[in-house]
Amino acid sequence: MGYSIGIDVGSTTLKTVVLDGDGKIIEKSYQRHLSRVREVTAEHIKSLRQILDGHKLKVSVTGSAGLGVASNAGLNFVQEVFAAAGAVSKELPETDVVIELGGEDAKIIFLRGTLEERMNGSCAGGTGAFIDQMATLMNVDVDDLDILYKDYTQIYPIASRCGVFAKSDIQSLLNQGAKKEDIAASIFQAVVDQTIGGLAQGRAIKGNVLFLGGPLSFFKGLQNRFIETLGLKQENAAFPELGPYFMALGSAFNAAQLSDDEAVSFHELSERLSVEETNTTQVLRGQPLFESANEYESFIHRHFSVSVNENELAYYSGDAYLGIDAGSTTTKVVLIGADGSVLYKHYSSNGGNPLPVIQKQLAKILRLCSSRVHIAASTVTGYGEELIKAAFGLDFGIVETIAHYTAARHFNKHVDFILDIGGQDIKCFHIKDGVVDSVVLNEACSSGCGSFVETFATSLGYSVAEFAALALRSKNPVDLGSRCTVFMNSSFRQAQKDGASIEDISAGLAISVVKNALYKVIRARSADELGKNIVVQGGTFLNDAVLRCFETELGRDVIRLPIAGLMGAFGAALHAKEKAFALRKSSLISLEHLENFSHKSKTTICNACTNKCCLTINTFSDCGRFISGNKCERGTGAQSSEPPIPNLVSFKYNFILNYPTYGTGRKKIGLPLVMNMYETIPFWSTFFSSLECDVVLSEPSTRELYMRGQATVASDTICYPAKLAHGHVESLLKKKVDAIFYPCMTYNIDDGISDNCYNCPVVAYYPEVLAANVSGLEQVKFINLHIGFQNRKKLSERLFDELEDFLPGLQLKDVQDAAERAYEAYEAYDKHIAEQGRHALEYAREHALPVIVLACRPYHIDPEINHGIDKLLCSMGFVVITEDAVSGLVPKQNLGVLNQWTYHARLYNAAKFVTQHTNMEMVQLVSFGCGIDAITTDEVSEILKNSGKLYTQIKIDEIKNLAAAKIRLRSLEAVMKVSSRAEKENIPVVLANS
Amino acid sequence: MTGESHNLPVVKFTPEMKETHTLLIPMMLPIHFELLEGAIQNAGYKTSLLKTTHKEIAEEGLRNVHNDMCYPALLVIGQLIDALKSGEYDTDKVAVFITQTGGGCRASNYLSLLRKALYKNGFGHVPIASFNVSNPDSTGGMNLNKRDLINIILSLLYGDILMRIHNQCIPYEVEKGSSQKVVDAWVSRLIGQMNGVKFAKTASNFRAILKDFSAVERDTSRKKMKVGIVGEIYIKYSPLGNNGLEEYLVNQGVEVINSGMMEFGMYRFYSMLHETKLYGGSLKRKIILRLVMFFFLKKQREMIRAIQKNGNFDAPEEFTHTIKMCKGYLDHGVKMGEGWLLTAEMLELIHTGINNIVAVQPFGCLPNHIVAKGMSRKIKDNFPAANIVALDYDPGASLINQENRLRLMLANAGKK
Repeated sequence: MGYSIGIDVGSTTLKTVVLDGDGKIIEKSYQRHLSRVREVTAEHIKSLRQILDGHKLKVSVTGSAGLGVASNAGLNFVQEVFAAAGAVSKELPETDVVIELGGEDAKIIFLRGTLEERMNGSCAGGTGAFIDQMATLMNVDVDDLDILYKDYTQIYPIASRCGVFAKSDIQSLLNQGAKKEDIAASIFQAVVDQTIGGLAQGRAIKGNVLFLGGPLSFFKGLQNRFIETLGLKQENAAFPELGPYFMALGSAFNAAQLSDDEAVSFHELSERLSVEETNTTQVLRGQPLFESANEYESFIHRHFSVSVNENELAYYSGDAYLGIDAGSTTTKVVLIGADGSVLYKHYSSNGGNPLPVIQKQLAKILRLCSSRVHIAASTVTGYGEELIKAAFGLDFGIVETIAHYTAARHFNKHVDFILDIGGQDIKCFHIKDGVVDSVVLNEACSSGCGSFVETFATSLGYSVAEFAALALRSKNPVDLGSRCTVFMNSSFRQAQKDGASIEDISAGLAISVVKNALYKVIRARSADELGKNIVVQGGTFLNDAVLRCFETELGRDVIRLPIAGLMGAFGAALHAKEKAFALRKSSLISLEHLENFSHKSKTTICNACTNKCCLTINTFSDCGRFISGNKCERGTGAQSSEPPIPNLVSFKYNFILNYPTYGTGRKKIGLPLVMNMYETIPFWSTFFSSLECDVVLSEPSTRELYMRGQATVASDTICYPAKLAHGHVESLLKKKVDAIFYPCMTYNIDDGISDNCYNCPVVAYYPEVLAANVSGLEQVKFINLHIGFQNRKKLSERLFDELEDFLPGLQLKDVQDAAERAYEAYEAYDKHIAEQGRHALEYAREHALPVIVLACRPYHIDPEINHGIDKLLCSMGFVVITEDAVSGLVPKQNLGVLNQWTYHARLYNAAKFVTQHTNMEMVQLVSFGCGIDAITTDEVSEILKNSGKLYTQIKIDEIKNLAAAKIRLRSLEAVMKVSSRAEKENIPVVLANS
Repeated sequence: MTGESHNLPVVKFTPEMKETHTLLIPMMLPIHFELLEGAIQNAGYKTSLLKTTHKEIAEEGLRNVHNDMCYPALLVIGQLIDALKSGEYDTDKVAVFITQTGGGCRASNYLSLLRKALYKNGFGHVPIASFNVSNPDSTGGMNLNKRDLINIILSLLYGDILMRIHNQCIPYEVEKGSSQKVVDAWVSRLIGQMNGVKFAKTASNFRAILKDFSAVERDTSRKKMKVGIVGEIYIKYSPLGNNGLEEYLVNQGVEVINSGMMEFGMYRFYSMLHETKLYGGSLKRKIILRLVMFFFLKKQREMIRAIQKNGNFDAPEEFTHTIKMCKGYLDHGVKMGEGWLLTAEMLELIHTGINNIVAVQPFGCLPNHIVAKGMSRKIKDNFPAANIVALDYDPGASLINQENRLRLMLANAGKK
C-alpha cells in the first residue's frame, strides 16, 4: 500500500507527517534543524525505515526552506500557505480564518467569503523567532515566558512592527525595573498586535478561528492574548493538537494526489535526499577575512600590542575612582587608581535587570578595598544611569557619548572618531576641536549589533566566541545584506537554503554588522570622512571577525583596546577622578547598606497631562524612590514655581485644538486633526463657520484612538502620522457629523521660499486611501475633493460645486466670501506663530537660555506623534520654537536639491536661521518611513554643518521610548554648555579632563 | 529648476561636448532604451547604454545614496558610478545621461543626488546631460532638433509594440529565442530607418513588425496563465531593479502582460490637463496639452488597429478606456509617481479577465502607499477573484522571500 509523506522545512524547524493509504496519520515529527536543512531531513527520513520500507512513497515538500530540498532531491514542492489551506479545508472545514505563526513567518488565511491568503511582508517581526529573541533578552528560557505570563498584572505598549523596535522598548522596561511577568504578557500582546495590524489590514478576523504553528501551540499566554484581543468565544478559537503539523499535513495531502509514477521507494527517497547540494548558490560570496596565516598573525599582533595599565586592587592603597556603565544588555564596572590604572574590571550580561549585578559587584569591590583603598568619587553612565544613581548613591551621572570620548582620548589625544557597537545600539560620533560632534545612533530599524550576532550564534548552538572564531576561517563569506534584522533573517534563510557553511555565515554576519554600521548608521562614503584616528569599542568589537571586517571595509587600521567592552565604564571612572575635587565625601552606598539593599518596582499611569506616560516607580530599601518613564518633571511629582519656558510646539497644538468657531448649526462638519489639516484648521474652521456650519474636530490623538482605526490601515510601512488618520476618522464618525471634510492637496500653501509647493504624496492623497478603506465613511458625506490654495477663484468655484447640494440655498458669493475670510484667518495664524516665535526668542535672550528649533512638519506637534520630545527639551532648560516660526525670517535658500515641497523648504530656511544665531541649535524630527526626509535630512545637516552647527536628528514612530532621543539631546546639551562657556570666558573649547 | 548646490559647481553638458564626450545611459527598459540610444546616436552623439547587472551596482548605490532613498535612484546612480569606476571609460571624455520625471515624489531628486555622488567619488568633472520627460524643451545641454525629438518619442512607441508582442510570443514559441530574433532584427532595422522618412511611417512599420512576429512558430494549443505586472516604472521594467521578474515568470510558464511607455506618457499629459480643471490654467496650456494627447491617442489607435487587423495577438485597450477605469476609486488628480494610472491598470487587467497581478514597488514607495496598497482592499472587495501580490524591492530584499510570494500567487492562480 502507498504512503504519502509531507515534509515541512521551515526557517527553524522540520516537520513531517506520514499518511497511510487511508489518509490516517501514522507518524509525525517536529524538530529544530539548526540550519542543517537537507542533512536533518535526510537523517529523519532514514530513521523512519521501519515504517516506510517496502511502501510506495509519494512525497511533497513545503516550507520557506523547503524549495532547495525539493529541487535538490527532485521532489514535488508545494507553496506553504497553499498546503496549509488544503489541510484546513479537509480537517476543520468549518474554519473561517486561519492564523499561523511559524519561526519567522506569520500568515493569515481567510477562508470564508473571498479566499485570501496573506503572509508577512519583508518588514515584519512578531513571530516565533521574535519570541525567542525576546526571551534571550530577558535571560529566561522560552518556556518560562508562559509561566511568567500567568502572574501578569499589566500590559505595556511594545512596538510590534519589528523585533528591533520591540527590543528597545523591552530593554528600557527592563532597565526601569518593570516586572518580568508584565513584560512576558506585553511580548505576547505585541505578537498579537503585529498579526492583526500587520496582516489582517482591514479585514476583520471573526467567526471560527484556527490557530496553527509552533508558537501558538506551545504558548498558552499567546493563545490567551489572541482570544482576548479578538474577543473570541472559547468555542470559536481552535488550537488543535496538530497545530504545528498542519503544513506538513497539507503537503502530505498534496502528495497523495500525485500520480503513481511520481512515487518512489524508501531506498530511492533516502538516496535522493542524501545527494549533496550541487553548487547552484545564488548568494553572493565575498573574500575570506584573511588570505594567509601571516596576515592573521600580524592582525592579532597589532591589536594585542595596544595595552592598558593594570594594577592589582589587592596591592593598591590610596584613592580610587569608580565608573559604572549600565548598558542596555550588559553592565560594566571599572575601578581606577590615582594614576589612571585599572584596578578592577567587570563585564557581564545584566540579565534584564542591572541592579542585582551591580549590587554584587559593589559589595565585592568594597570588600576588596577594605580600609586601604578609599573610593573618592563615582560616576555612572548608560541607559540605566538614573536608576543606578538613585539606587546606589553614585556621585555623578554623565551621558554615554561624553564617557566614551573621555576614555578614548585617554589613549589617543588625537582621536577624531569613535564607533561603539554594543549589545543593542550603535553609537558613533566625531570629535571636532575637542568637542563631541554629530552624534549618530542607530535608528530603531537598523540594529544589527552585538545581541544580533549573539542571538544567531545561540540559535545555531554556538557561543559568541566560538562563532566569531569560525568566521576567521571562512573561505567565502555569504552576503546577508545590510538592512535590518528581519531582512537579514531572510537572507540568512537564503544562505541556509543554498547550503552555506557555518563559517561562511558567521563571517557574513560580521560583514553585515560592519556594513550596517558604516552604510546604514554612519552613512560613510570613505574612510577619510570618518577620521584619521578611529577608536572602535563596545563588546561587539571584541569579536575579531567584526574588527577585521571593519578594517577591511574601511581600508584603514583602527584602534581597539583590550578593554573595548569597558570603555564607557572606564570613561566614567576617569570622569569621577576629574570631578572628585568638587566632593567633600562620596555619596556612594556603604557596604553595610549594600548588604541590606533591596528593591521593588511598580507601575502606574501618570495623569498630569495628555501624554499619559507609563511610570515605573522604584522603591529602594532605604526608602529612596526613583521614577522613570516620565517625559517631563510633572511625572516625578515635582511642582515648578517658575513660569513655564516658552514651548512653541505645545503652544501651536493648544492653539489649534481651541481654534474658535462660530457656526450656527446649519450642518455639522467634522475636520480630522491629521497631517496637513493641523495647519489648515484655521482656514477650514473659518470657512465652514462663515457658512454657518458647526465645526467639530476629532479627538486628540492617543494610542487608543490609533487602535480604533488600526484595522483599516492599508500599508504597514506607511508613516505613523498617516496611520493615525484612520483613528481620527473613526472619532468623527462617532461624533455623528453630517460630513467629514478632508481635501486632497497636491499643492500646499506657497510660502514663497521654494521653487514649487508640493505636498508629499502621502499628505497630498491620504484622503483617497481613507475613502477606499474606511467603510464607515460610506455612511456620511466624505468630502475629499482635490483642491489648491493658489488660485482663489478656482478654489471657490470648486468648493461651491462640491457643497451646492449639501448646503441648500448656497450661493457662489457665499463661498467666495467665506473663502476670503478663511484666507485672512490663515494669514493671521501665520503671523501669530511668527510673533510667538519672536516672543520666545526674546525670552531666551532675556533669561540667557539656549534655544532649540524643533524642526518638523505641522502634524508633528501632535504629542502622540512627537512623544513629548518638546516637553523633554523644555525640562532640560531649552526654549523650544518651531520651524515655521522662523522660516519666514530668511530668504529662499539656494540648495543642492530640488526645493519643491512647502514643508521641507521651511526646514532649510529654519536651518539657515539657526546658523545665524548663537546659543541656538536645531533638532529635526523624522517620522519612520518618510521617504522625503531621506532628502531633507542630508540637506539640513549640510546647511548646519557648513556653519559649524550640530545636526541632531530624532527618528520617531509609534514607540514611546525616548531613551535614544535622550542620549542625543543630552550630548547636544553637554556640547552647547561647553561651547557657551567657552564663548563667555573666551577659552578654547575642551571637554572633560586632558 | 534646481538651484546650484552650496559648494558643488554644476558641470553642464555643452553642445561642444557632442564631439568629444560619450554619454553613459543607465538602462531601464531593454527594448525601448536600445531604440532610444539609436535615436540619440542618430542625433550625432556618442553613447554607451549600460547593460551591467552585477550585484556590486546596488553596493555602489548604497555607498552613495541615502538608503532610505528609493531603490531605483540607488540603482541608477550605482550603475553610473560603477561604470565610471570600471576603468572602461576615459572619465574626461564621458558624460552621464539621466531622465528626470519631476513631480512631488522623492525620486524627483535624481539629478541632485547624482551630482553629489559624482563629487564624492572624484568624478565632479563629469558633466550631466539630463532629459526631462515632462518638459522636453529642456534638453540639458543637448542640442536636439525637432526630428531628434520625434525620433525619441517614436522610439518609445516602437518599443511598446515590440515589447508587447514579444511578451505574447515567448511563452508559446516552439524554438526558444525565435521571437527575440524578431525583436533584435527590428531594433536594428528601425535604428537604420531613423535617418530617413520611413521611421515616421508607423502604420506600415507596425504592420510589418506584426507580420514578422506572426511568422514565429508558436504552439498555442495550451493557453498559458496570464499575469499582469504593474508598479513603479523603473522596478516594473528594469531586470536589474526587479531581479529578473519577467524572466522568472516566463520560466514558470506564464504569459506576462506589461503596459507600455506610451500609456505612462499619456498619463502624465492627461494629469496635467486634468490639473487645469482642478487648479486653473491658461487656455494656451490647455490647447497644447489637448494636442499632445490627441497625437498620442492617434498613435495608440493606429497600433491597436494594426494588431486587431493582424489578428494573431491581443491589442491593449484604448487609453480613453484606461482613463475611465479608476472611477469610484480615486481622482485623476492623484498624479505623483504612477498615480491613478497604477490603480487604473490593475482594474483594467481585471476587466479584461486577467486576475493575477504582481504589483511591484521600491520599498517604502510613497505614491504606492496610496495608489497600490491603498486601493488593493477595495479592488479585492469589488472583485473577489482578484489575485494581487505586492512585492517590495530594496537592496536587502531577499530573492527567496519574493519568490515565495510569487509562488503563492501562482498557486492561487492555478487553482482558479
